Amino acid sequence: MAKTELELYDYASWEDRPQIVWPGGAKLAFWVAPNIEFYELDPPTNPHRKPWPHPFPAVPGYSIRDYGNRVGHQRQMDVLDKYGIRGSISLSAALCEHHPEIIDLCLERDWEFFSHGIYNTRYTYGLTEDEEREMIEDAMATIEKAVGRRPAGYLAPALSHSDHTIDLFAEAGGLYTCDLFHDDQPTTVKTRSGRPFVSIPYSLELNDTIAYVVQKMEPRRYGDIIRRSFDQLLLEGATKGTVMCIPTHNYQVSCPHRLRAFDEALEYITSHHDVWVTTGREIAEYYLEHYHEDHVEAPITAGGSS
Amino acid sequence: MSDPNLLDYQHRRYGMDHERYEWSMLQDREPVHWPDDKPLALWINVSVQHFPLSGDKPTVAPPGALTMPYPDLRHYTLRDYGNRIGIFRLLEALERHDAQFSLAISGALSMRYPKLLKRLSQTAAEWLGHGWNMNAIHAGDVEEAVEQQWIQDTVAALSEFSSEAIRGWFSPGRIQTARTPELLSDAGLQFHCDWVNDELPYRFATENGGLVCLPSSLELDDVFLLNQNFHSEDSYAQQVIDAADFLIAEGEQQGGRLLSLNFHPWLLGQPHRIASVRHILTELLVNRADKIWNAQPSQIIQLAMG
Repeated sequence: MAKTELELYDYASWEDRPQIVWPGGAKLAFWVAPNIEFYELDPPTNPHRKPWPHPFPAVPGYSIRDYGNRVGHQRQMDVLDKYGIRGSISLSAALCEHHPEIIDLCLERDWEFFSHGIYNTRYTYGLTEDEEREMIEDAMATIEKAVGRRPAGYLAPALSHSDHTIDLFAEAGGLYTCDLFHDDQPTTVKTRSGRPFVSIPYSLELNDTIAYVVQKMEPRRYGDIIRRSFDQLLLEGATKGTVMCIPTHNYQVSCPHRLRAFDEALEYITSHHDVWVTTGREIAEYYLEHYHEDHVEAPITAGGSS
Repeated sequence: MSDPNLLDYQHRRYGMDHERYEWSMLQDREPVHWPDDKPLALWINVSVQHFPLSGDKPTVAPPGALTMPYPDLRHYTLRDYGNRIGIFRLLEALERHDAQFSLAISGALSMRYPKLLKRLSQTAAEWLGHGWNMNAIHAGDVEEAVEQQWIQDTVAALSEFSSEAIRGWFSPGRIQTARTPELLSDAGLQFHCDWVNDELPYRFATENGGLVCLPSSLELDDVFLLNQNFHSEDSYAQQVIDAADFLIAEGEQQGGRLLSLNFHPWLLGQPHRIASVRHILTELLVNRADKIWNAQPSQIIQLAMG
């Protein structure tokens, strides 16, 4: 039964926010979230969502995503290396098994790995609560086994959710979600277990796939909107403390005609001194340690956990 | 309980989730060396297409497909423009630079416009099978015998005009059925261009012998950028040149790279677009002549794969 409201967070107007000061006095916390995904060529049929627009084998959709891992990943990694940015990977957990070479390259760079489900062709839709718990735990355990650390963050696979997704992830030991797009600051999220849990601003507007596939942008315009977004968030960060994220996909941003725009935007952002270039986990941990209590207006009690 | 298949992962293992090719990253392979140690190979393909006015609509509409109720004269004639005028503008631009290129040709044009095919046979271009026509889409549950006939008829029809045997295949819309690779191999073809998962040719397995896949970039395809993403002519040219410069720089560091372009006479052959083609060819073939090896598909495959 659909609810009208999941009551995940309280309303808070932008005019009336406690100021967040990031480490070193930084005004803006900046992170890049490469999605490193595995899409299956022949996934089981989920009655709620078709994985591919084409009949089997969906060569166009499958092959460009495979391009991301075969060709694009190392290109994007080189650009992030150039500007000293550690990626926070939104990871299809099964990629640990399919392409461990990519995991090793990211481990060498001390990148963060957060959970993005098992495959991006497996949706939350249609799963019972127990099945969703099993899927979330499978992804957490698979990533932990491969990288030696339990993920802190979750972006639900293909942004598919249930009423319980965020509760279940908090109960699995998670600290933050990337699934909510309501704010430019971290937000305390109320879950049924009452565990400390936050939403960290990810972004759909700056997401390369939304820019290139949905909005059909020219590469240089994409670079331009990244810079405009940064300028505004840095300005407001002086009094509020803001977060900016660029979510990427190695099959979009890493195409040879698009990397220059991304490279120039990162050069611009990292040339500023009042920016904390960091990861999703570090933002979540810093916020939970220093600001979480200030933003909890009423005690959160446990309840409803099965 | 939902469908138990939703959490069943049959192909969760090292490498790919199918048997068509081996997993490897471009940057981890032995470097490819092009003639004179140039960092970039340039493959220009011109797709010479016939879109039928009537007949059953295919399961999957290829880019440029007719969209209106019968008789869709607006799209039919706009595509036909390419075979009457656009192709000759492209030939003039290509031949001015003595460019090497391939021609992917609808088999049906052998019967409709033999005069055009005779003219095309006077070029130095390598010919590729491009399906019988743009309604003959190799997708979904098209009957195997029908698909086999399309391939055989196309190869036979083009062979009547081409002085060389037809070795390569470029499926309309870069889509395949589950059996297309087997049928191409059966017909004596040696390579296809349909999977866009790489930027160098690679081995592609079939049940009856190996093929090569020479990926033709969709993300830089003229129809994709101009017709589907609504980018300007100047942006299209800029993106092609940015891609060339990126790949030249990467090729100088890591080994030979490949830039693949696909030109459609009905689109780029319009009077307001042909200057962009001339600009691209001047930038690539004249101003970057010392960095770019312009070659035909079979030459590229031979050098890249030994």
